[in-house]
Amino acid sequence: MIGIMILLVYIAIFVLSFLAVRFLARKTTRDFTSLKTVTFGDESAVNSNRFASIVSVLTIFLIWGSFTGSAWVPGFLHAPAPFVGDTSFTYTLETADGQRDDATVYVRVADFGQESENFEVDQGEGIAKNDAVAMNASRSSTILFDRNDEVTRKDGARVAAIDGVDIGPGTEIRTDAGRFALTDKGAITFSPPSGLQMEPIWLPPPEDVVARMAEIATDGYRDSTLWQHLGYSLFRVIAGFLLGALLGIPLGYAMGLSDWFRGWFEPIVEFMRPVPPLALIPLVIIWFGIGETGKIILLFLASLWIMAIAARAGVSGVNISKVHAAYSLGASKFQIMRHVIMPNSLPEIFTGARVAMGVCWGTVVAAELVAASEGAGMMIMVASKFQLTDIVLMGIILIGVIGFGIDILMRKVENVLVPWKGRS
Amino acid sequence: MTGLSIENISMRFDLPNGSSVQALKDVSLHLNEGELMSVLGPSGCGKTTLLNIVAGFLAPTDGTVVMNGHNVTGPDAERGMVFQQGALFEWMDVRSNVSFGPRMKGQKEADWGAQVDRLLDVTGLNDFKDKAIYELSGGMQQRVALARCLANDPDVILMDEPLGALDALTREKMQGLVLRLWKETGKTIILITHSVEEALLLGERLLVMAPRPGRIHKEYKLPFADMGVGADLREVKNADGYAETREEILGMIWNMEEEIMGRSETEQ
Ligand SMILES: Nc1ncnc2c1ncn2[C@@H]1O[C@H](COP(=O)(O)OP(=O)(O)OP(=O)(O)O)[C@@H](O)[C@H]1O
Ligand SMILES: [Mg+2]
Repeated sequence: MIGIMILLVYIAIFVLSFLAVRFLARKTTRDFTSLKTVTFGDESAVNSNRFASIVSVLTIFLIWGSFTGSAWVPGFLHAPAPFVGDTSFTYTLETADGQRDDATVYVRVADFGQESENFEVDQGEGIAKNDAVAMNASRSSTILFDRNDEVTRKDGARVAAIDGVDIGPGTEIRTDAGRFALTDKGAITFSPPSGLQMEPIWLPPPEDVVARMAEIATDGYRDSTLWQHLGYSLFRVIAGFLLGALLGIPLGYAMGLSDWFRGWFEPIVEFMRPVPPLALIPLVIIWFGIGETGKIILLFLASLWIMAIAARAGVSGVNISKVHAAYSLGASKFQIMRHVIMPNSLPEIFTGARVAMGVCWGTVVAAELVAASEGAGMMIMVASKFQLTDIVLMGIILIGVIGFGIDILMRKVENVLVPWKGRS
Repeated sequence: MTGLSIENISMRFDLPNGSSVQALKDVSLHLNEGELMSVLGPSGCGKTTLLNIVAGFLAPTDGTVVMNGHNVTGPDAERGMVFQQGALFEWMDVRSNVSFGPRMKGQKEADWGAQVDRLLDVTGLNDFKDKAIYELSGGMQQRVALARCLANDPDVILMDEPLGALDALTREKMQGLVLRLWKETGKTIILITHSVEEALLLGERLLVMAPRPGRIHKEYKLPFADMGVGADLREVKNADGYAETREEILGMIWNMEEEIMGRSETEQ
């Protein structure tokens, strides 16, 4: 139900912001692309629309905030909140011999995450007595109304109506107070309006996540500060990746240059390539335990094959004319390696490195989820056991941001070191 | 014996399906030092194969190439090659590309600097010497390739359709440049081309090859290259005998192509 609501709101924002931007911001830039008349089907003419990206990110926060009742989103944009506070309803008790009496049930609904406190009310007159019920928002409560009544269900009494509306077994009624139904044994189940907002235990509002992040950044979590957790993960990734590259690149070169090396390592590489690194986690834990060694070896294995294949592709991708030209210019084999094959393979190696870093980052988090005493993955795993959803969310966001940051950094380095990529 | 001797070269490619292609059969010729020979022939007649054998990239199935008295067994700095395209090093700027040969020999900039700068000057690349290769036009890139080859000071320069990818105007300018550099440096040059005009203008000797199997069909000795040095190439085209020779060669190649087409049609 909430899911469909959110989807509809999302689609509506997508369409409306598209129309709004189209209408308001007539194309003002006059670069070469804007002069192209054929854009549909010309991939190079499709640039990512900055407006769309900004609105997209804002929309996610808006929906997140609105369905969690965030203080950062103005109240009128909030999804309906669940009922909180005091309410009451009257029930009509009917005894076996047809006597009727009304009594009021006072309900105190506590907000998400707060203790519901029991309280006393005046029991009133008649055979049916007033009740006091304490409960939490968005929950149902089964109300044993006859605990204090003079005639109980055991004596054949039953609830005939609530707030004057007839009710019986199997019927469900709605009044201003909420939804009512009777259990098999005749007790009242009462659900106050639950609204459309998520409970923080499922999805905390953004400000909670930020507050939690500030808290962990200063006080730490599980004996390490936030930066130490992230630092551990990053260190493992970088160490594993560097080892993998250090061995994988020469291996790839050797496979690209020598038939013996290629023949020897091809079965191994082709076998290991489709094995997802995640599948190696159990074996690595059995062999090396849950310490740093095991993790770094796992990441080393994750990046080794990717880098070897990238380096091999880089060697075989060299235009044979370049090699011939270098030989005719008097270069030795070593010089051809150094001045032709290695620089020529750099674009491929960078592509491989970006893939490998992505895979390593994903693998380290997964490995930490399984077993670790610090790290981003360990943080969210432990938090999830204690239902600390805000820490889990914070961890996921940080993991995503860092992964994205790594890729941007690699692309920047690539632009500096391999400016000729894709331009020859 | 000085010069370049191609002695009874045959080349057969064995294909994976068991058949084989006779790319060259019994090709012999001799080039004296400083001669410029252009090579023409229908597509697939073995021109590139011949050049690759002379360069030392391919070993012939029969025959030998003798260069200044020794057998050719592999590529060497004495035989420079200018490729059609894609053979420049994108990771180096123009000047580093041109100085590649001397640098690989371990020479210091003091040794090669002046010569490289002179070649950049001659080829009109002075203003572009610090540019990256991908920032140059096709014509400029070919001039870099030419300068790079000359900077290494080879005895023989082999060119496989070096101007094939250029527009007509740039091409004509480059033809003038090739002629000028040829006369200036006195290099032996073999130049493969698809353009009969280019073969006539640049070839002091002109070799017409025939296909299936690839062989020498006819050789001409022509005066046009000498006339063209430092002159307007369009003037040369009005010289006596130019038009007749052109028509004769065009007809010759036309007939060969007809024959290939006819044969492959009857084969089907
Ligand atoms: N590596 C190879 N394997 C098999 N056959 C080859 C190979 N290289 C060339 N050939 C064959 O040898 C013949 C001559 O080829 P070559 O490339 O020398 O022709 P060409 O005269 O340079 O043609 P073009 O003018 O189109 O460049 C062709 O029939 C070609 O199919
Ligand atoms: Mg060819």
